Amino acid sequence: MGGYTGKIIRVDLTNKSFKIEALDLNLAKQYIGGRGLAERYYINEVDAKIDALSPENKLIFVTGPLSGTPTPTGGRYMVVTKSPLTGTIACSNSGGRWGAELKLAGYDMIIIEGKAEAPVYININDDEISIKDASHLWGKVTSEVTKELNAELGDKVKVATIGPAGEKLSKIAAVMNDIDRAAGRSGVGAVMGSKNLKAITVRGTGKVAISNPEKLKEVVSSCNKKIRENGVTGQGLPTYGTAVLVNIINENGVFPANNWQQSTFDGAEATSGETLAEKYLVKRTGCYGCPIACGRHCKVDDLEAGGPEYETIWGFGADCGVSDLGAVIKANYWCNEMGLDTISAATTIAAAMELYQKGYIKQEDVDGVPLEFGNADAVLEWTKRMGTRQGLGDKLAEGSYRLCEGYGVPEFSMSVKKQELPAYDPRGIQGQGLAYATSNRGGCHVRAYLISPEILGLPEKLDRFSLEGKATWVKIFQDFTAAIDSSGLCLFTSFAMGAQDYADIYNAVCGTELTGDTFIEAGERIWNMEKVYNLESGIKPEEDTLPSRILNEAIGDGPSKGSSVRLDVLLPEYYEVRGWDTRGIPSEDKLVSLGIK
Amino acid sequence: MIIEVRLFATLRENRQKVLQMDLIEGSTTEEVLSKLNIAPAEVAILLINGRDGLIDTPLKDNDVLSIFPPVGGG
Repeated sequence: MGGYTGKIIRVDLTNKSFKIEALDLNLAKQYIGGRGLAERYYINEVDAKIDALSPENKLIFVTGPLSGTPTPTGGRYMVVTKSPLTGTIACSNSGGRWGAELKLAGYDMIIIEGKAEAPVYININDDEISIKDASHLWGKVTSEVTKELNAELGDKVKVATIGPAGEKLSKIAAVMNDIDRAAGRSGVGAVMGSKNLKAITVRGTGKVAISNPEKLKEVVSSCNKKIRENGVTGQGLPTYGTAVLVNIINENGVFPANNWQQSTFDGAEATSGETLAEKYLVKRTGCYGCPIACGRHCKVDDLEAGGPEYETIWGFGADCGVSDLGAVIKANYWCNEMGLDTISAATTIAAAMELYQKGYIKQEDVDGVPLEFGNADAVLEWTKRMGTRQGLGDKLAEGSYRLCEGYGVPEFSMSVKKQELPAYDPRGIQGQGLAYATSNRGGCHVRAYLISPEILGLPEKLDRFSLEGKATWVKIFQDFTAAIDSSGLCLFTSFAMGAQDYADIYNAVCGTELTGDTFIEAGERIWNMEKVYNLESGIKPEEDTLPSRILNEAIGDGPSKGSSVRLDVLLPEYYEVRGWDTRGIPSEDKLVSLGIK
Repeated sequence: MIIEVRLFATLRENRQKVLQMDLIEGSTTEEVLSKLNIAPAEVAILLINGRDGLIDTPLKDNDVLSIFPPVGGG
């Protein structure tokens, strides 16, 4: 069977040992790979009730069957574990080159168990694997770690590492790879830190077997053509990166500002993708095998660095009331250096700013750097303090929910299941609100990106205020996304490609006979599995909800003024469409029909 | 009547970002596009006062027209 290498590395950090195992190909066929397959392995092996930061937790780095193949965007990998932030299943997805390199070294995934006595890193050089001392790397920022390991092991080695935030068990810590790419969300970096695992280095010189190379050439050529000719993937994203969204989301009046106290931002144009391209952009960058190249490399003062993405610009910009795009670029850089998720880090600072504004955080707590909305110096300084847990930064490192709960006002945390929401106000985008509330990893836009039909008009334009059909749209987007994530391709391909395109690529690589429908059905299997895990881990059905500010207050400004979210209508419809009971618990029949039970 | 036109992304090339246009009553977006030499096929998203608009909707005094080519992200 092409696509899969058929090999897993299982590392026992407690005993500093490892072994190679054969991949279960039957499970691979059911769960595709990546997100779905690693979650299946994880759930089969780990008790759902364990503490995410205990040695009993496992940490999986996984590729998809299409990672490392000559397919468009075939360079993704995912980090799967239990989230210390949310308590849900965590799957954090990253680009760059590291994922493809792992595949070319000959492995579908690495399952990491136990806890090392002292800091270590794992070195993989094709079939040579070793667990090495990392005491000289501990405490260092991610670019330094990467440079030192490249100096030690060679320039061609790819590095995934945590920064100080992961070491200090920040619940919003990321795993960084290739300097500026991040498996950002859900605190997966803290799980790595809890295991005293600083980095994983990979060098791979092999090839991934392809079942039908001629067919693959044909379908890749057809998909590349679709990507080139699509306005978003062929023009918008390459020219402006994801930051192009700043103006459009603001013009729709669903661009949250000042910790969601407003829904439009005066500084949108100053922090837009257009301004980024005009004033700061040095070059475009692309991940492994990517024909889109949405990555940015920007320069401000004497700093040249990767990013920033749309969500990051919104978080450090509008949500903190900052209209200085240079400061946003610097804050993004410091998140990468500290190994922090930019969405959660920025929005936690925004929540702290509201706590300061309303007198919960006092002048004497801020150690000379007032947490005032609009203070560009504050976003930089507090990002660093959060990463190192300095002063009040210690509380910020826990994420916005725990921060605000500590002051008795958890409602200031704009989060779902304790994970911070991204950059779209769902009160003016009904389907996106349902997608946020039901996301299996808490507040997130890439579990179902309803912005695509509701704002961007892809694959067709939906009325963003209407409720009609939205429950079905959310289900389809959730299932489709789960399948794409699992394949090892980038979600951005879905602006141009349909389910049958993914099935065609998968079939050519793996020698299978999936259809577009069975590809999406695999996604439904994955979604239901995740939901069952979350319930078993202790997430309550009523946590499928939104922050009270969103549920109880209408938008107060801008073109969406007066609109409010209608979760009361959409949630029951969604559960019905899913074949779940009225509380949102998957029925036995549904689980049996999907082959989960 | 006076309307404000806001252009974004590639539609700004060789054009202003924001401009005021004096139009006769009942004019539509189609006429605005024609005056700006923008082909309707280049327009992916059209907002009138922040709400989804149609190319043939008659405009009113003080309307704000936001025009985008295909864009995406996330």
